[in-house]
Amino acid sequence: MIDKTVAAISTPPGEGGIAVIRISGPEAIVIADKSFRSYSGKFLSEIKGYSALYGEVVSENSVIDDAVATVFRAPKSFTGENTVEFSVHGGRLVAKNVLRAVIKNGACPADRGEFTKRAFLNGKIDLTKAESIINIINAKNEIALRISQAAKNGRISKEIDSLIEKLLELSASFSVYADYPDDEIENLNPENFHSSLDEILYKLKNMIDTFDLGKKLCDGIECAIIGKPNVGKSTLMNALSRTERSIVTDIAGTTRDVVDSAVVLGDTTLILSDTAGIHQTDDIVEKAGVDRSFQKLDSAMIVIAVFDASSPLDDDDRIIIDSISDNAIIVLNKSDLGLKADISAFKGMTVVNISAKNNQGIDTLSEAILAKIKADRLDSDDAVLINDRQFNCVNRAYESLYEAKTAMENHVTLDAVGICIDDSLKALLELTGRRVTNEVSDEIFSRFCVGK
Amino acid sequence: MEIKKYYAGDYDIAVIGGGHAGVEAALAGARLGAKTIMFTITLDWVANMPCNPSIGGTAKGHLVRELDALGGEMGKAADANTLQSRMLNRGKGPAVYSLRAQIDRRHYSEYMKHTVEKQSGLDVKQAEIVKIEKNGELWQLTTNLGAFYNCKTVIFATGTFLGGRVYVGEVNYEAGPDGTFPAKRLSDSIKSLGIPLRRFKTGTPARVLKGSIDFSQLEVQEGDSITVPFSFSSKEKPKNTVVCHIAYTNDQTKKVILDNIDRSPLYAGQISGAGPRYCPSIEDKIVRFADKKRHQLFIEPCGENTEEMYLQGMSSSLPEEVQIEFYRTIKGLENVKIMRNAYAIEYDCVDPTALQASLEFKDYGGLFGAGQFNGSSGYEEAAAQGLIAGINAARKIKGKEPLVLSRASSYIGTLIDDLVTKGCSDPYRMMTSRSEYRLFLRQDNADERLMPIGFEIGLIDKSTFEALKKKISLKENEIKRIKATFLPPTENLNAMLRKLGTTEIETGVSLENLIKRPELNYNSLKEFDPTRPELPEDVCEKVEIEIKYEGYIKRQLAQVNETIRLEGMSIPDDIDYKDVYGLRLEAVEKLAKIRPANIGQASRISGVSPSDISVLLIHLKKE
Repeated sequence: MIDKTVAAISTPPGEGGIAVIRISGPEAIVIADKSFRSYSGKFLSEIKGYSALYGEVVSENSVIDDAVATVFRAPKSFTGENTVEFSVHGGRLVAKNVLRAVIKNGACPADRGEFTKRAFLNGKIDLTKAESIINIINAKNEIALRISQAAKNGRISKEIDSLIEKLLELSASFSVYADYPDDEIENLNPENFHSSLDEILYKLKNMIDTFDLGKKLCDGIECAIIGKPNVGKSTLMNALSRTERSIVTDIAGTTRDVVDSAVVLGDTTLILSDTAGIHQTDDIVEKAGVDRSFQKLDSAMIVIAVFDASSPLDDDDRIIIDSISDNAIIVLNKSDLGLKADISAFKGMTVVNISAKNNQGIDTLSEAILAKIKADRLDSDDAVLINDRQFNCVNRAYESLYEAKTAMENHVTLDAVGICIDDSLKALLELTGRRVTNEVSDEIFSRFCVGK
Repeated sequence: MEIKKYYAGDYDIAVIGGGHAGVEAALAGARLGAKTIMFTITLDWVANMPCNPSIGGTAKGHLVRELDALGGEMGKAADANTLQSRMLNRGKGPAVYSLRAQIDRRHYSEYMKHTVEKQSGLDVKQAEIVKIEKNGELWQLTTNLGAFYNCKTVIFATGTFLGGRVYVGEVNYEAGPDGTFPAKRLSDSIKSLGIPLRRFKTGTPARVLKGSIDFSQLEVQEGDSITVPFSFSSKEKPKNTVVCHIAYTNDQTKKVILDNIDRSPLYAGQISGAGPRYCPSIEDKIVRFADKKRHQLFIEPCGENTEEMYLQGMSSSLPEEVQIEFYRTIKGLENVKIMRNAYAIEYDCVDPTALQASLEFKDYGGLFGAGQFNGSSGYEEAAAQGLIAGINAARKIKGKEPLVLSRASSYIGTLIDDLVTKGCSDPYRMMTSRSEYRLFLRQDNADERLMPIGFEIGLIDKSTFEALKKKISLKENEIKRIKATFLPPTENLNAMLRKLGTTEIETGVSLENLIKRPELNYNSLKEFDPTRPELPEDVCEKVEIEIKYEGYIKRQLAQVNETIRLEGMSIPDDIDYKDVYGLRLEAVEKLAKIRPANIGQASRISGVSPSDISVLLIHLKKE
């Protein structure tokens, strides 16, 4: 409740010049300090309210973006609580990564209307607003209801339910072990708990790992089309997107910058990026474009590397071949003009022959892209987390359970292990609205024959 | 025929029942200066143990220690009448260490009877209360002989006497426990006040003749070589004069029971009351857990001056002849002679959600409930509620705020919060897993947690409280010293570390860090710690626990503080949840039924979501 520190992206969704991530609550400044490195070396906790530091938002030592961090000290903030606002470059991805970093460092995702609600509870805004806040909360209930109804038969809820059952079993075993010391209870050797613990941890970890993927499946998978100039990247992009988004010409170097296009492929959305042709150049403008192409090559989830099948590979091609990795699909374009490229250079890679201009081989390529996405961690049976609240709960469950495992490995007594397991269970039950203590005692009585 | 009534007296507090709840309630009320009377159907069985002849056990041992810290009597009485004492769960961690003692039940009862008799301000009266009615501001109680009493407050501690009915096979009859008279007419009178009652059930195994058991066939269960008392005030270590024995059921036992299962009143549908899930009868265990090869039973002595033995784990409501047959299938019991048969007993009780956390009825000012009447089970659970009801009845009379223990403060608080907030569908037993704060709510620190409250309300005397403060300062100073003490990497120390399988040290390391290592403990480092003061054993234990588990305790303390904060946000009595704009219908109904005293309690009601709590907070802020 109001003791928690919450965070959310405060700017409207969509592209904009800047995005603001707001953190509010008693730990706001502490959490912000964990996520931010100022260029001056100062900490946010050292500066006064209404002042700002320039620096970078970091997550596990990697920089997400430059940011201006503004500190508001309670009660002089919108919510009346300690607040930090990170202003970062606009764009959904950057803002979401910043939010995730902040959540990782201890903030909870804010509910809809949460900042306004806090502002009201802290006496910062007047009564007339209270009712509109309740409407927001109710609307959220409605949405939550619809979402939960929709998700009832979904994989997430099934997967989480099965993890809850396993954790309950584990928790009940611990409890029965402690609460019925004299009873003869079969299969209650704490050593056996290790394997169940590992199994649940593994599944939670998988859910966390697929979170990125899950979001991407909803938001779109970044897919970069790269290649040296004039191999037909833009033609391919158009063939894939069936639009005239990119300018398709025969003049080398037309696409100087990165052009994005969203394409629905099967049940997933691809964010196709047409990049500037990679080649050695002294032109400053072109060079910048090439640099961006390399950045895309690194950050995209899928890379479509396009080569001209009708001419031998040159140095530019080889630079590209050296830069790509497992997530790349080799596209030999212009295959209708005969094969002159030395395909032995692509040994062990996924190679698709197409003719973008004639729309040949595009279906094969689509299938190759989908296969690549699936091969990359996503098992179709995996549950995929889609929102930050779910992610937060699962992440907490994982961390508490990990602590339980560590405690067990360090031979800490089982009472301490037990409370970590219960915390983990609590985090998962939060998704379903059930309560730990009742659930555990029900489980004990149904599973174990105990008592005088 | 209407009997002639006569006026028999005025009291501040009347306690109906002289069991574990009644005794604590009556003693607390009288000790806090209220003019108190305790009614019991039979004075020969004050604080009787009609089931297990033992006190304590997991979570229950915690309750006894907490009760003692608040000024209750159970811990002292148990220490004085212990036959065997064991600290359970040593090795499983300090949160679940639990003290359990075999008790001489006759002596215990005698001790408690004498204690209530000697208590000034307390009258003890053998009588069956048959009627309760409102008389102006007072409650009038009438006995079966026509005596009526005017009382400011009444505490129901009726146990299994209220509407008691005993079942043995096809036979059933009205009775209290252990062959006593039941309270037959009070139930109707309570119902006519508008308080609904429901039926719960419990049961007990047979008592058998010691000389008919072949102990050579049984496993022995010894007590601890070094015993510790329940009570902070007990100076002597409890006695350890008896052993218990363990036996097992077998296929033949199972067969006898299954062959006769249709003769069980439970399976024949005669008993409607909900039985305790945690303490099933042997026929229940065999039917529900059909795969289990054998069930354990414990053979426990009932006292020093009796040959009666209790067969823990073998309660039953099968006919007596079937009981004889299945008990005799057990190795060691082939020739066993039953002295008292096993039976089930059904009784009346309330839905505890009708009570506030003070244990006073929400709708009937001055009426309190405690023990089995409230739907709980167990002597310790009953005693804990009796104490709280007694304290709060006395405080009500003095015009003081009731004592409400947060679930974050104690097992007693957890027990009462569970009962009044969540209710119960079968007799409620305390377990360590019921507390989310169990690494903080330990039996070793019950005194620290609760004795300041016991002192403040007036049940703990000054010298006891001073002794506690001294103990706390010893502990705190020692922890400070340990944190400031660094041990150098001597050859001797490293040899010891090597021997115990832990990493040797290269530079000076704090004593604290060494104690935190799983392989080491406070005692094992004694010889390397020359400045260590001589401290009492219990202080040493506390020091070790607080250092070793510091991280986990801190983690729990954060949760404890959050709970206490939410419980500090009170909800006015007269709130009309229908007026709370934006509250969901289900939440309105649940909140209106439970009428939580604060936001913390409201958030624990099933069916009340975090969004509902938000809406409620906004409403309260608006008011």
